[in-house]
Amino acid sequence: MADAPRILLDFLDDDRSWTLESYRKRGGYKALEKALKMEPVQIMEEVKASGLRGRGGAGFPTGMKWSFLAKNDRPKYLVCNADEGEPGTFKDRLLLERDPHKLIEGMIISAFSLGSKKSYVYLRHEFELGFQRMEQAVNEAEAAGLLGDNILGTGFSHHLVNHRGAGAYICGEETGLIESLEGKKGQPRNKPPFPAIQGVFNDPTVVNNVESLAVVPWLINNGGAAYKAVGTEKSPGTKLFSVSGHVKKPGVYEVPLGYPLMDLIDKECGGMLDGMSLKCCIPGGSSVPVLTAEECARANLDYESMNALGTFLGSGGVIVIGEGTCVVDMLANLSRFYAHESCGQCTPCRDGTNWIHKVVDRIEKGGGRRQDLADLLDLSDNIMGKTICALGDAAAMPVIAFIQKYRHEFEEHIEKGRCPYKPEYAVAHAAAGR
Amino acid sequence: MNVLEFSEARKAEIADLVTKYPNKQAVLLPALHLAQAEFGYVSDEVIHLVAKTLDVAPSLVQEVATFYSLYNRKPVGDYIIQVCQTLSCALRGAESVIRYLEGKLNVHLGETTADGKFTLVAVECLASCGTAPMFQVTARDYSLNAYYENLTEKRIDEILDELRKRPVRQAAQMTPLTTHSLGGH
Ligand SMILES: Cc1cc2nc3c(=O)[nH]c(=O)nc-3n(C[C@H](O)[C@H](O)[C@H](O)COP(=O)(O)O)c2cc1C
Ligand code: SF4
Ligand code: FES
Repeated sequence: MADAPRILLDFLDDDRSWTLESYRKRGGYKALEKALKMEPVQIMEEVKASGLRGRGGAGFPTGMKWSFLAKNDRPKYLVCNADEGEPGTFKDRLLLERDPHKLIEGMIISAFSLGSKKSYVYLRHEFELGFQRMEQAVNEAEAAGLLGDNILGTGFSHHLVNHRGAGAYICGEETGLIESLEGKKGQPRNKPPFPAIQGVFNDPTVVNNVESLAVVPWLINNGGAAYKAVGTEKSPGTKLFSVSGHVKKPGVYEVPLGYPLMDLIDKECGGMLDGMSLKCCIPGGSSVPVLTAEECARANLDYESMNALGTFLGSGGVIVIGEGTCVVDMLANLSRFYAHESCGQCTPCRDGTNWIHKVVDRIEKGGGRRQDLADLLDLSDNIMGKTICALGDAAAMPVIAFIQKYRHEFEEHIEKGRCPYKPEYAVAHAAAGR
Repeated sequence: MNVLEFSEARKAEIADLVTKYPNKQAVLLPALHLAQAEFGYVSDEVIHLVAKTLDVAPSLVQEVATFYSLYNRKPVGDYIIQVCQTLSCALRGAESVIRYLEGKLNVHLGETTADGKFTLVAVECLASCGTAPMFQVTARDYSLNAYYENLTEKRIDEILDELRKRPVRQAAQMTPLTTHSLGGH
């Protein structure tokens, strides 16, 4: 993508890109100086004008989310969601490890606009290197007067704390994250009240994804309108896509929204692995409905195009799957994930995800029954829209899509009483053993 | 009756963490990690110690320690090898990695080698899907907590050899679990 601006991945050529020195060379912290001379509300207006939509998965407009923050005397918190656990997604990890100052600058500017004196970055504990780099960057920024008390002599003070989780996908859901940050089990809250009114420590809170916040310095330097000019009308800007699976060059790529999915696979990723042709693709992290090869051929990577195809852009985790892969095996793998990660507080999700996993696993292992497919669709139907958080839907949607699009493969398993695919292509679904 | 105590250094670390939050409970997750690093796993005694340190109910600490997958409620080996088994890794050979490790270490998933060196487990997506197959190795004392990516059998052999030579601090002495019983346990 030669003609699109590199808004996020401008650091790839620098082998010490996580240092303050490197970040300054790339123009780092100029946006902070500029922002601190602006009115807080002006910053919010730029973010609104940019049309930036939350990059954590839901795609909610960031500026609008900020405008909902309660206006009262309570302390305000900014929380960065660095729990990145959606299978197929690994872009936030790259930003944390390789460009922590971009996130920190984005957070200080955002905090200034929101009137927040304290922010937390909630990192999944597994991100050891990301945590070390963030700690080092916070120390550097504080020593340089860019973070802490009286930032750049302006009288604005802000403190940033890196907080580590303990292994639970559900803590990526923003109210599960808030509970976890308070030292509790990460079980999502009923909404309302929304975090903007009553979030962490019962105070007004904005939760944003790493990528969303890392865009903010660019918006201040270049203006919201410049961002809006990239991408499509309703999906402005660039986005990071994490590509995994059967491609030659998996990795994180930055492309303008609206970019053709097949170009991402063929150009950025160098095409499919040798000897493989495309079977299907999960475009937005494991929670979104799968696209068949034929659908992929007409798919563009923006929120609206994805919705038109019955799926979602989600987190931008693009999982590419070659012919010869068994979809029943894939669904058995994913349904194990959701059964394992359900936090257990809603009956339809807790019981439904376990049943779904049991039935899909049985079909894959050759014990499928005629009635199973109808049961799976019923179980999914009983979850959709009937739970506290979106994990329920995330578990059910892939089941419905896989059965609708590949029913014949499920039926073949049931009729033959075995998986018709060669064992060497089988997807692992070993029993979790922790 | 608390028989365990944090070292002075750990106590200072926890006191420093407490200053970063509006209340002590918010330090529960970090404190449990520190306790696990010090005592090897989260025993019932560790739960009581953490509860006392943060002025929270032991039943709450127990709930939290059980909810999150990274707290070990039972003793583990010097190194926990955590192989990602989720879809993207599965598409790129996670099952072969697990089979290979099971064979090399002569254990099944969830087990610890006879010499106490390695515990082998399968875990869910570690946000390393583009460099699959992969595993994370965590030393029991947290002196190592690293990703190993783009694994091959040769690379796995090298990693195991390196780890065998690398010492891990023995967990602080733990007395047998006798007198404590926790509410709802
Ligand atoms: C089950 C579940 C898991 C989620 N995991 C993450 C995550 O790991 N990272 C993230 O940023 N958002 C995650 N989200 C979305 C968050 O709830 C929230 O929408 C997001 O952090 C808001 O940030 P944004 O507006 O900048 O996208 C998850 C949502 C659900 C339902
Ligand atoms: S939908 Fe599932 S994960 Fe979400 S709150 Fe309910 S039980 Fe927990
Ligand atoms: S699926 Fe293994 S790291 Fe994501």
